[in-house]
Amino acid sequence: MTTADPDLAAGTAKGGVHRAQRHDSALKHATGEAVFIDDMPEPAGLLHAALVLSPVAHGRLRAVDLTAARAADGVVAALTAADVPGRNDIAPVRENEPLFADALVEHAGQPIAAIAATSLDAARAAAKKAVLDIEALPAVLTIDQAVARQSLLYPPVVMARGDADAALGSAPHRLSNSFRVGGQEHFYLEGQVALALPGEDGDLIIHSSTQHPTEVQHIVARVLGLDYNQVTVMVRRMGGAFGGKESNASWVAAAAALLARATGRPVKLRLPRAHDMVATGKRHGFLYRYTVGFDDDGRVLGLDATLAANGGHSVDLTPGVLARALTHVDNVYWVPHIRCTGLACKTNTVSNTAFRGFGGPQGVVVMEDAIGRIAHALGKTAEAVRAVNFYGEGKDDETPYGQKVEDNLIRRCVAQVARDSDWDQRRAGIDAFNRGSAVIKRGLGQFPLKFGISFNIPSMNQAGALVHVYSDGSVRLNHGGTEMGQGLFVKVAQVVAEVFQVDLDRIRVTATSTGEVPNTSPTAASTGSDLNGWAAFAAANTIRQRMAAFAAGHFDVPEDTIAFRDNHVHVTRPGDNRVMAFGELARLCHQDRVSLSATGFYKTPKIHWDAEKMNGRPFFYFSYGAAVAEVAIDTLTGEMRVLRVDLVQDCGRSLNPAVDRGQIEGAFAQGMGWLTCEELWWDPEGRLRTAGPSTYKIPGSRDMPPIFNVRILQDAPAREATIFRSKAIGEPPLMLATAVWTALKDAIASVVDHQVPVTLDAPATPERVLMTVQAVRQGRRTI
Amino acid sequence: MSDRIEFILNGRPVVAAGISPAMTLLDWLRAEARLTGTKEGCAEGDCGACTVVLEQAAAPGRITCAPANACLVMMGQVHGQAVRTVEGLRGPGGAPHPVQQVLSEGDGTQCGYCTPGIVMSLYAFATGGEPADPALMHDALAGNLCRCTGYRPIVEAMTAMTAVAQQPVVPDGGPAYAHAVLGTSQATFEGGATRFDAPASLDALLALRRDFPGAWLLAGGTDLGLRVSHDRDVPDHVVHVVHVPELQVVSLERGRLRVGAAVTYARLLQYLDPALAPVSAMIRRLGSRQIRALGTLGGNVGNASPIGDTLPVLLALDAVIHLRSAARGQRIVGVDDFFLGYRRTALASDEIIEAIDMKIPDAGDVFHVDKVSKRRDQDISAVLGAYWLRIENGTVRTARLAFGGMAATPARARGAEAALVGQRWTAASVERAATALAGDFQPLDDWRGSAAYRLCVAGNLLRRLHLRTTQPHAVIEVDQL
Repeated sequence: MTTADPDLAAGTAKGGVHRAQRHDSALKHATGEAVFIDDMPEPAGLLHAALVLSPVAHGRLRAVDLTAARAADGVVAALTAADVPGRNDIAPVRENEPLFADALVEHAGQPIAAIAATSLDAARAAAKKAVLDIEALPAVLTIDQAVARQSLLYPPVVMARGDADAALGSAPHRLSNSFRVGGQEHFYLEGQVALALPGEDGDLIIHSSTQHPTEVQHIVARVLGLDYNQVTVMVRRMGGAFGGKESNASWVAAAAALLARATGRPVKLRLPRAHDMVATGKRHGFLYRYTVGFDDDGRVLGLDATLAANGGHSVDLTPGVLARALTHVDNVYWVPHIRCTGLACKTNTVSNTAFRGFGGPQGVVVMEDAIGRIAHALGKTAEAVRAVNFYGEGKDDETPYGQKVEDNLIRRCVAQVARDSDWDQRRAGIDAFNRGSAVIKRGLGQFPLKFGISFNIPSMNQAGALVHVYSDGSVRLNHGGTEMGQGLFVKVAQVVAEVFQVDLDRIRVTATSTGEVPNTSPTAASTGSDLNGWAAFAAANTIRQRMAAFAAGHFDVPEDTIAFRDNHVHVTRPGDNRVMAFGELARLCHQDRVSLSATGFYKTPKIHWDAEKMNGRPFFYFSYGAAVAEVAIDTLTGEMRVLRVDLVQDCGRSLNPAVDRGQIEGAFAQGMGWLTCEELWWDPEGRLRTAGPSTYKIPGSRDMPPIFNVRILQDAPAREATIFRSKAIGEPPLMLATAVWTALKDAIASVVDHQVPVTLDAPATPERVLMTVQAVRQGRRTI
Repeated sequence: MSDRIEFILNGRPVVAAGISPAMTLLDWLRAEARLTGTKEGCAEGDCGACTVVLEQAAAPGRITCAPANACLVMMGQVHGQAVRTVEGLRGPGGAPHPVQQVLSEGDGTQCGYCTPGIVMSLYAFATGGEPADPALMHDALAGNLCRCTGYRPIVEAMTAMTAVAQQPVVPDGGPAYAHAVLGTSQATFEGGATRFDAPASLDALLALRRDFPGAWLLAGGTDLGLRVSHDRDVPDHVVHVVHVPELQVVSLERGRLRVGAAVTYARLLQYLDPALAPVSAMIRRLGSRQIRALGTLGGNVGNASPIGDTLPVLLALDAVIHLRSAARGQRIVGVDDFFLGYRRTALASDEIIEAIDMKIPDAGDVFHVDKVSKRRDQDISAVLGAYWLRIENGTVRTARLAFGGMAATPARARGAEAALVGQRWTAASVERAATALAGDFQPLDDWRGSAAYRLCVAGNLLRRLHLRTTQPHAVIEVDQL
């Protein structure tokens, strides 16, 4: 890692950091020329693959008869677990998670076999001919059932500080509540896809739509019994990912690779949407129970919470998700005595996985619910209760897991959003409206956020990059991060442009490849630009230093008088105005046998974590934000609209405000969808029946608030030495949509003049809103 | 019999040969034409990533552009049509189209996978000359899902587009050419395992229906097409009815509206006068513009889905269905007698639906349609209610209350109707009608809503109807805000 702090660099070239730059593929996206894997020219002899999925949620797999499938037109291979030459295991962190069910089927939609045929239609038709003999077993389908039966993927995890029981026992007030949030389908527009190309000596090249090329490499190698150096994984771009292509891309690629290996031919596996939605993991749904103790001012004295996550049938990434949920229960609040117990429930549903926020969204809602309850119990506003509980600055500033909150921007964000949203006046206006409106009720809600940035497995916080400067001065950049639409490539290219002080269009970013930058971490946890930006900076800076040394010799001046500026290298000695174009310098460097290629490496400093004790400093820094949402509900149908949203989001010193704004808005929309219209619905047999966009409803354009004021917090450079003092942006704003949930509860409470506390499970579909309206009406009658 | 499907693609005549006429346009574009800009996102007509534009000759020298989902269009349907894909928007010298320029410069793309479909919807909108009114822009975007952007930059690009009137790309051949040269004369295609007939006269259609009662009757394909695109079924035989002129007739006389079975929703909207404004509002929430460009009233009636949005409306409007067969000529069946059970109708195996004939309520009547779904746009109803009441001097004289989503078929709420007829139109009688719904329906629990919710909402919709008539100025719907 370099110790230079590049924040002081003053750029003049076009397209350095801190400038709004368009996505590097924007025009290609719009013309249809951007190539996704299914768009690539198909190699000669290509076979298309289809999967055979279990129709049963839980059962003994007695036999898989592929006779008819093999005999079908165009079929070249039909494979099951028995045909795996290496290990039938796709587990990303633990082990024994099968690629194909073997002996036991554990969820409806679980892959059992794969077919390769000369056309996609032939493969899909043949897959329907597989005959499965499954003896159905009783299935655990819900979190409640799993909790009742203690069906857990691994023992409970506890994060604790102080004495929660004593604090609750001695608190002047105490209350308990239980609620739940649903899972969420990623609904990346491009479904899972992999193209496996067999080469010499058993080698494979895999084009995979993945956030984690290295894991695809490892799992393909594991399944096929190969060394890592035999598998090269490439990804130019994904059509969205959102966490869904972190662990789940690996098994799709492994199935394609297995078929390629068996047939000796290139194989493409592209899941149709319905298969994608039943066979790949989703955001974990959670069930919560908590007891909170507090004083007359609403100050929280103790919290005991249980968070039960639906892990699905296998571990997958649940340990990380659950840990992040537990480390985000505190959110922006100082809770002196706390015990949070995490249950990873094992159910006979698809194994849940990473999804933007990675447990954070499911963590931060706990205290938010408690704040609302406390406010109601004390007859205070939620805003007042929040304010007495915010983390202090210099005191009351340690998280339950032992990390200090040193860069606290909570009050700043909350004050700004209150001002921007004209909170006080609108609060009064909405209350007045509600008094005069029998059917339509409005609600206003606020939500402040603190979100930890870094993978909370310290070893994952590393990145590599490879930069070449060619002898014409053009630059080729490769790094371990993947482009899924989030604008990572342009941001990292801006870093390199800044280092060399050349125009952005001189930097060419190439497809991520395990052959160019090895042993990478997934592009996840919002860390893409933090990690890869620094790695690329390091690589570019190495070359720049070599070029500067050469230039100093060439001009015969001290090295510290050489400056890179404006696509040129300048001598900055008084009276000496010599200047040379960057391309000419590159040419001369090459003539003089100066290496113009370098790797760069970065590891996040300061972090450490004890996963057993749930203690340490898992996060390099925190990101902050706050939102205010206004909603209206129809108390006769439960339909709702989000009328206005104001939010402020901390981006540090934004590397690219245009990209960051896009991330903020898109994440907010996705969070809103999770909490409102997106509902996963399983039938009593455990089959997901919302397995396509006709039944699973993500937000459409009309669902976005007509007034949506997005502000990036200004003059807030990161306190830690992040790349150009920027901050991560991918995940935090998703959680700001919690304000919509808060506002919905406010609207529902107004039905009974705020006399009854409201518990609202998510997603708050029209049905849940209406049923909650009815519940509070009845609650009033019984009080 | 032919295996040559001829159409205009991006302004140039093309021939698709050696394929199944049931192959989807999307598959053909991607696999055969290798035009991979058009994407498959769902293969069920809901995400819009495969949106293309169908060019139609509106008047000499003028064409209109209708967005459609390529995944729901069979190649046999494309014969004689003009199709434009994202690749066909490039201008002279290969310059990007202004829509492409504006969208990309305004940060309207992130992952880019939905983008070509969005570009085509924006292109259709921009060339249609509609104002940059948010309601219209959301209408035009309802059939396109974007998971990355949150839509703001897309809507802004639309706004910017409409500031400069956009002319359609002038095609080399164009739809007029397609019409003139290829025409819509009777055509039959055979390829793969499928025969595809596109009769051009009523007699030819009736003869096909008589001779091939097992053939799929295709009247737009926005529902039936799913069996091909999504379920990957291969039909033996498809009879495509939309080129039959008699099925395209719309007539309005003596308080009745008669709609040919193959009239698309998009065209139907042009005929719905103020008395049927609630139907217009409902149809604007039926699918998306892509769906409404292809979907037909006849198709919806023929499919008899329990959640077909138009069916309760037809029940409320006391519609009659005009059926016709070669053997027996015309037969008219009241809509009350048409829906027999789950996706079962009174249509005989040799009959076709010729037209749907509905009454138009009088100005003083209470007529309304409500749709309740999880998402406002492009969603299927949890409950759809349609009501037509005649109230004279405060007393309900007649009442037709029909609901979708409440039973295996769309059905009238006879008990609720009985509770109202002859009664004063008061909150108390509405309350009795709402309560009677529990005797009329035993709805299902499914992903669109629980039985309890559906029953509750249906009752509340009647209560809201009463408020609508008695408190016309009160805000009673979130859409009014």
